[in-house]
Amino acid sequence: MTDWLSPDEWQAVRLSLRVSLWATAASLPLGVLVAYALARWEFWGKQILNGIVHLPLILPPVVTGYLLLLTFGRQGFVGRFLDEWFGLVFAFRWTGAALAAAVMAFPLMVRAIRLAVEAVDPKLEQAAGTLGASRPWVFATVTLPLILPGIIAGMILAFAKAMGEFGATITFVSNIPGETQTLPSAIYAFLQVPGGEAQASRLVVVAIILATAALLLSEWVSRAVARRIGGA
Amino acid sequence: MSFAIRLRHGFPGFDLDVAIEAGPGVTALFGRSGSGKTTIVNAVAGLLRPQAGRVVADGVVLLDTERGLCLPVHRRRIGYVFQDARLFPHLTVRQNLLYGRWFTGKGGARDPGRIVDLLGIGGLMDRRPGGLSGGERQRVALGRAILADPRLLLMDEPLAALDEARKAEILPYLERLRDDLRVPILYVSHSLAEVARLATTVVLLEGGRVTAAGPAQDILSDPTTATGLGLREAGALLTARLVAQEADGLSRLESGAGPVWLPRMEAELGSQVRLRILAQDVMLALLRPEGVSALNILPCVVQDIRLGEGPGALVRLTVGPETLLARVTRRSVAALGLAPGLPVFAVLKAVSVAQENVGRVA
Repeated sequence: MTDWLSPDEWQAVRLSLRVSLWATAASLPLGVLVAYALARWEFWGKQILNGIVHLPLILPPVVTGYLLLLTFGRQGFVGRFLDEWFGLVFAFRWTGAALAAAVMAFPLMVRAIRLAVEAVDPKLEQAAGTLGASRPWVFATVTLPLILPGIIAGMILAFAKAMGEFGATITFVSNIPGETQTLPSAIYAFLQVPGGEAQASRLVVVAIILATAALLLSEWVSRAVARRIGGA
Repeated sequence: MSFAIRLRHGFPGFDLDVAIEAGPGVTALFGRSGSGKTTIVNAVAGLLRPQAGRVVADGVVLLDTERGLCLPVHRRRIGYVFQDARLFPHLTVRQNLLYGRWFTGKGGARDPGRIVDLLGIGGLMDRRPGGLSGGERQRVALGRAILADPRLLLMDEPLAALDEARKAEILPYLERLRDDLRVPILYVSHSLAEVARLATTVVLLEGGRVTAAGPAQDILSDPTTATGLGLREAGALLTARLVAQEADGLSRLESGAGPVWLPRMEAELGSQVRLRILAQDVMLALLRPEGVSALNILPCVVQDIRLGEGPGALVRLTVGPETLLARVTRRSVAALGLAPGLPVFAVLKAVSVAQENVGRVA
């Protein structure tokens, strides 16, 4: 298997997996919080929050990438602050690729979880309250288990989106082999040089396999969870 | 254990202003939809915050708007059995039952095994709510509420979503809970049959006010309140003891009103039962009728007569220590010359007491 791909190609695949896993895992808590807030709470600026969350879905990815560069780049106001105080650098690092992937995948994750939260009957949460469960406990023992299928669906969607992210990533963190050259960036790079078609097509096959596997996994997991919850 | 509720809350076009006090047993809140029953129950549970009020259960103040005290739902320890069972679909029956015990601490005061036996749900423990029948679900919901060790148990029309057969299945369990547990139960219903069977105390509600409150037997056999209950459903409660199962399929009962024969009932010999005798099933005669098929002829005295707006009248009768209601026409009242103090015979067909109107008494 290792011989089948060159070290460069492997590097791109491994980096893509790492970027996507981090993007998904790190944005999950925020995703659940935002989805819950949008589904259940009434607050000032709810529509604005909803708009911001969905913006990456509608904006050209290049625009999102450029906005990320302005904010999280070394000269950007958030980027400079994070660098000075926490030593956390996004610009032209794999962490930046993960950030770009997370931002692009966020609307998909939130949508899936929000739908799941809306499907939970608040009457069940009320019943849990009368049985002595405080708000956080109600969330942990009733809401969270019931929205688990939505969370899993959202995570897999987000992971798949992160694996395929190209425009915002290349704009924000460029295309540095071994640091920010993810699978799509690598395919693009190979296609730019004469004779790179063979390498590109090998990576295309890998991309297809990973995407299909994610899809099958999500189907299987959500069916297993649904059986557990709704089953007799 | 007892509880006291005083609430005032204004809705657009409707004001609720009630004071209710009751001890152990079942206190039935009876009234039409829109009379404020569910509002009261929700305010006691803490799901609704009333504009003014005070709720005390088992000596603990749960709400006192004057002192600005309002315990959150989860700290009130008020059990709530909803019309829709609201079992947690992702948990098994066992996990549902024990849910409240995670939070009551001290491992819960009640023995789950006993409650499970009492409700007959031992065979369902490892199943999930999705596969249970409506009646089974409601029994599990009852057990779940009780095992959270509540100070007061609220039941908001727990049988309303079930068909007649399922209701008949659950009622005996509710009677057992009423008699075996020390927890007071506040029971919301608009079914007089349920109230007659379960209630120790009855509170009548109309337009957000309490119109009558007192022991079930008094309220249900009072012709003045009976009109508020719905004339067709009016009927008195009679307590009787089962003394014999006779060979031809009848049961003989001994009551304060004398012996009563009814179709065979399944109860232990010597046990006390509560009979609901519908006013429209009672016929009146001036002389002891002879040559009639009706088995039960009880000598009574007319206590009072309430003429209705239509052609009917409700006659309250005294039979020894007991009270009966008879619904007759105004024409019959005139023809028989019925008046307070007149001795009459109440005639009751044995088959007219339906099985659902026979309940048990502790």
